[in-house]
Amino acid sequence: MRLQLSPELETFREEMRTFFTTQVPQEIRDTVAARRHVSKEQYVEAQRALNAAGLAVPHWPVEWGGRDWTPLQRHIWREEMQLACVPEPLAFNTSMIGPVLAQFGNQEQKERFLAKTANLDIWWCQGFSEPDAGSDLASLRTTAVRDGDDWIVNGQKTWTTLGQHADWIFCLCRTDPTAEKKQRGISLLLFPMDTPGVTIRPIELLDGGHEVNEVFFEDVRVPAENLVGEENQGWTMAKFLLGNERVGIARVGTTKYYLKLAKELAREIQVGGRTLLDDPRMAGRIAEVENELLALELTALRVVANSADGRPHPASSVLKLRGSELQQAATELLVDIAGPLSLASFADGGSEVPDWARVATPEYLNYRKVSIYGGSNEVQRTIIAGTILGL
Amino acid sequence: MNFEFDSEQNDLREAVRGLLDRAYGDAEQRRQVTKNDPGFDEKTWGQLAEMGVLGLPFAEEDGGMGAGPVEVAIVAEQIGRVLAPEPFVEAVVLAGGLVAAVGTAEQRAELLAPLSEGSSVLAFAHAEPTTRWSAAAQGVTASADGDSWTLTGVKEPVLGGARADVLVVSAVTDGGTALFVVDGDASGLTRTGYRTHDGGRAANVTFASTPARLLGEGTGDRTAEIEKAFALARIAYANEAVGAMETALRTTSEYLTQRKQFGVTLNKFQALTFRAADMYVSLELARSTALWASMVADAGGDVVAAADRARLQTSRAGRHIGKEAIQLHGGIGVTAEYKVGHYTSRLTAIDHVLGDGDWALDRLAATVGDHPTVDPLGAPFTG
Repeated sequence: MRLQLSPELETFREEMRTFFTTQVPQEIRDTVAARRHVSKEQYVEAQRALNAAGLAVPHWPVEWGGRDWTPLQRHIWREEMQLACVPEPLAFNTSMIGPVLAQFGNQEQKERFLAKTANLDIWWCQGFSEPDAGSDLASLRTTAVRDGDDWIVNGQKTWTTLGQHADWIFCLCRTDPTAEKKQRGISLLLFPMDTPGVTIRPIELLDGGHEVNEVFFEDVRVPAENLVGEENQGWTMAKFLLGNERVGIARVGTTKYYLKLAKELAREIQVGGRTLLDDPRMAGRIAEVENELLALELTALRVVANSADGRPHPASSVLKLRGSELQQAATELLVDIAGPLSLASFADGGSEVPDWARVATPEYLNYRKVSIYGGSNEVQRTIIAGTILGL
Repeated sequence: MNFEFDSEQNDLREAVRGLLDRAYGDAEQRRQVTKNDPGFDEKTWGQLAEMGVLGLPFAEEDGGMGAGPVEVAIVAEQIGRVLAPEPFVEAVVLAGGLVAAVGTAEQRAELLAPLSEGSSVLAFAHAEPTTRWSAAAQGVTASADGDSWTLTGVKEPVLGGARADVLVVSAVTDGGTALFVVDGDASGLTRTGYRTHDGGRAANVTFASTPARLLGEGTGDRTAEIEKAFALARIAYANEAVGAMETALRTTSEYLTQRKQFGVTLNKFQALTFRAADMYVSLELARSTALWASMVADAGGDVVAAADRARLQTSRAGRHIGKEAIQLHGGIGVTAEYKVGHYTSRLTAIDHVLGDGDWALDRLAATVGDHPTVDPLGAPFTG
């Protein structure tokens, strides 16, 4: 047992901190810090700055730009990035399809896609969920039927995040409707979003933003070479991908930043002759969330420090569940600190309400998503009860 | 940074676990032991002494083993696992810890060697009927006559106060709160012991011009030392609570897979398994915090702040897991014959010995604006 980081890791942490706070354009970091909408151009610029320094895909195989870091180094990298308000490398590229291609793709696919995926020259979107296949993903109905050298894709995907920016989609399709187990009849196909027959329609969310989409496929012709792995092996890759999706999903650094912000803002609000931060009830709420966040961070550290042999630590399932709850608790605090000012959510010019108070409620509403995506919290409870407690 | 025990620490854990499993692996044995005074098993206490456990945190020159807070945490967790009633935290970590921190070399040798050998049990008489988890004494006063001192006033509830061979007592002097040593057979000392709801023992200890010896040099205020000793005890209790919560959850999970209603075992009901999953979340978060606080103590960091954080987390987790463990069992959970309710009772007691969750939260809230963020691996925790 040892609390301190080794001198090497202290140096590593300092290097990360310095890079993120000095080498990523300030204007992009300001956008994230103010919790404003990050544009496609900003995502691309930030990821390319990281990639040029070898910091976009450290968890990939070294051959494709990875760094052979320990899980603890990756944890530090991610935490420092979040604390510095740097937009994280696009998850669809770096956590999802990139590692899948590196693991399951053929040499030609790796050479064709991986470097461009790391550099965000290709923007990927995720074709997984469907209107009738959410938590029960294996029930998906989008079909791909072989026609000569091509697959013909028909069906619909939904909740396609930032699909409006995407160049390509990685798409789970049913290729064997007769398979005895529905998981065994699924394949993973890649195709450009401008292929004839692909239509995208925005879904407007509660926060007024355009973040997710519906994507429709009508006789979309996909060359056979764009199949990843073997036919009907898609579920194996989906599970591999979703396992990666949960890495770093605790987002401790982000919540830590939100709490820091909550304290700064509560200090600016005056109520009855004292600041809101001096109100015992508000101070207690912040302190309680802060302590729960500490417990989560320590659990994340336990998991990464003890998972060097590659097996996931049993406590890792706690991270997504609690991490999402604390992100939500932090955004809720910000709404409550804004109080009546939070009602000016969609104010434009002519409003005296500060920007932070206007974004508070839309963001709080938007963050209801974090306990739903990446395996809903109910799915996480099912995993804990089943695989850890043996229930 | 590393959360794993080394091989010596693993050996210690296995040895303590083996001993305590033999003594209390069967919950009925614990019930029998706690029925009669002094509320713990003198033989088991002696075996812990032989193993070196009772001298664990003390310097070798004082008759101890020279180990640290991590080893204390290991023992405390094993105590919690089987609810061993031996007063390890109270006598060794707290009362012994105060002697180690404040006592002169002579006093340390005189008091800690017998404590480590198991021949003398210590207790810290500090709580008073009118104070609430304060580090300062209020109702017991010390009077000096030349070099000799007498104490007058009431301490209650004093955990293990009736059985203790020697009492460490806090009392008010002109300089603030000082610490004294009182022998169990001192004149003017009245001790009325009783059973506590968790099977432990506490006492009303009344001093009437009772002769006492000053602990350490000088009558300067000792609240800072008491505060630090409390912090180390809170951290030990946090680890004890983790051990207790783990057993409470494991017992509950086993019960859910065995008990049948409506023709199926209870684990077929998602309403129950989801609640068990939430108990696991609480347990693991508490465990991380308790281990971390032990490491902060080991590293010489801000142990008071770390202990408050561990106190808050284990308080919330202890209440959550303790209440759910009973509810998920149903009626059997509130019977004295079945073990799970005793875990709830013990967790509830731990919650009130040295400050409950809200008490810790108040202290953390008072300083929440002093730091932008909390870095568990940085100042002030790394020393």
